[in-house]
Amino acid sequence: MSQHQLDCRNLLCPMPVIRTQNALKDIAEGETLEVVCTDPGTLNDIPTWCRINGHTVLSTEEQGHEIIFQIKK
Amino acid sequence: MSNLETLQNTAPKSKQPKAVALISGGLDSLLAAKVVQEQGVHVEGINFYTGFCVEGHTHAIRKKDKEKEKRNNALWVAEQLGIKLHIIDISEEYKDIVLNPKHGYGANLNPCLDCKIFMVNQAQAWAWAEENGFDFIITGEVIGQRPKSQRKETMPIIARESGADDRLLRPLCAKNLIPTLPEREGWVNREELYDFSGRSRKPQFELAKKFGFEDFAQPAGGCCFLTDANYSKKLADLWEARGERRYELDDIMLLKVGRHIRPKKNFKLIVSREEGENNFLRGYKRQFTSIHTVSHGGPLTLLDGEFDKDDIKLAARIAARYSGGKHADKVTVQVENYQGSSFVLDVEPMTADAVKQEWHV
Repeated sequence: MSQHQLDCRNLLCPMPVIRTQNALKDIAEGETLEVVCTDPGTLNDIPTWCRINGHTVLSTEEQGHEIIFQIKK
Repeated sequence: MSNLETLQNTAPKSKQPKAVALISGGLDSLLAAKVVQEQGVHVEGINFYTGFCVEGHTHAIRKKDKEKEKRNNALWVAEQLGIKLHIIDISEEYKDIVLNPKHGYGANLNPCLDCKIFMVNQAQAWAWAEENGFDFIITGEVIGQRPKSQRKETMPIIARESGADDRLLRPLCAKNLIPTLPEREGWVNREELYDFSGRSRKPQFELAKKFGFEDFAQPAGGCCFLTDANYSKKLADLWEARGERRYELDDIMLLKVGRHIRPKKNFKLIVSREEGENNFLRGYKRQFTSIHTVSHGGPLTLLDGEFDKDDIKLAARIAARYSGGKHADKVTVQVENYQGSSFVLDVEPMTADAVKQEWHV
């Protein structure tokens, strides 16, 4: 299973959501995507977007100013 | 038998009609989508990111707003409706709408009519929408709700110029308009649509109550920064200073952050107001010359424009004014250019009175 990565640092909402949405289009079902964000709004928005579009947030980790999501398509 | 009756009688009953709803995050688009969804239509949402969206909740970076719930209302609406939401970045294409609105601006730099035409057109032209067999488009428009884009005379203009024609359904005011294709085909029952008009939101609130929606967003200035007088003023200032009407996405993002101070025509300062803005502006240090105070706690300041050594000194004195050393005899600042080379400067902080009111953009 491949792990893909996406850097959304310094982007404000909704750009991290848009980039995540577009990145997930390009990966296969069952694969995971790691997304690194700095906008605190993503703590709510990325899980919401995943819920309504049928993807799973495996984990959310905050490291300093960075928020790291592991998402399974 | 009339043509209308023929159409209604021959419409395929087995196929579930599919509609794309333009979801702004406000109440009207929520209700419009719900009304159609209630009639058994499969609805998915589209939300367009123009760069000017208030939904971008820039406030999330500010401490004073830390306690506010940071939700993107378009996502929240989609979740309430249980529909998929596709967020599309149209910021690049949208520039032409902002810079050259065929139908002009509203009270500020808001090109509402052109914007609506563009968005409906985007929804119609969006390749996958047709590929996936979407039959029509839904918007939350209400006749008379907005002075420019939602007048009875402009409704047909939007339908026609967007190319959507009678595949554009406005469920909240449909009964005030001629029947559209979804109504004629029997995909939706016209009798279960609404005849709202005018600026009063009372009918919407009642409908929201009927559907059980209580916690919906009611942004005072709509969902676009261009309807905001202060924001429009800053954008106009940017164009005037550059001598041309153009912008990049970073320009319009930065207009939402910090104090904007233009002491001279050739440059302006963007002074952060707190730690969250400091962190945000730090992301732009490789694109702008920046100033930060070394001897005292203080803001990160970006310089935008063209400037010489005297201008940098003036900027440093203004930046020092907003630092912890504003009453000190001197403040030490570090000036760093976008390539990373830097030098240190001692300056006398400017007094509050010396930072002229007219410098504040």
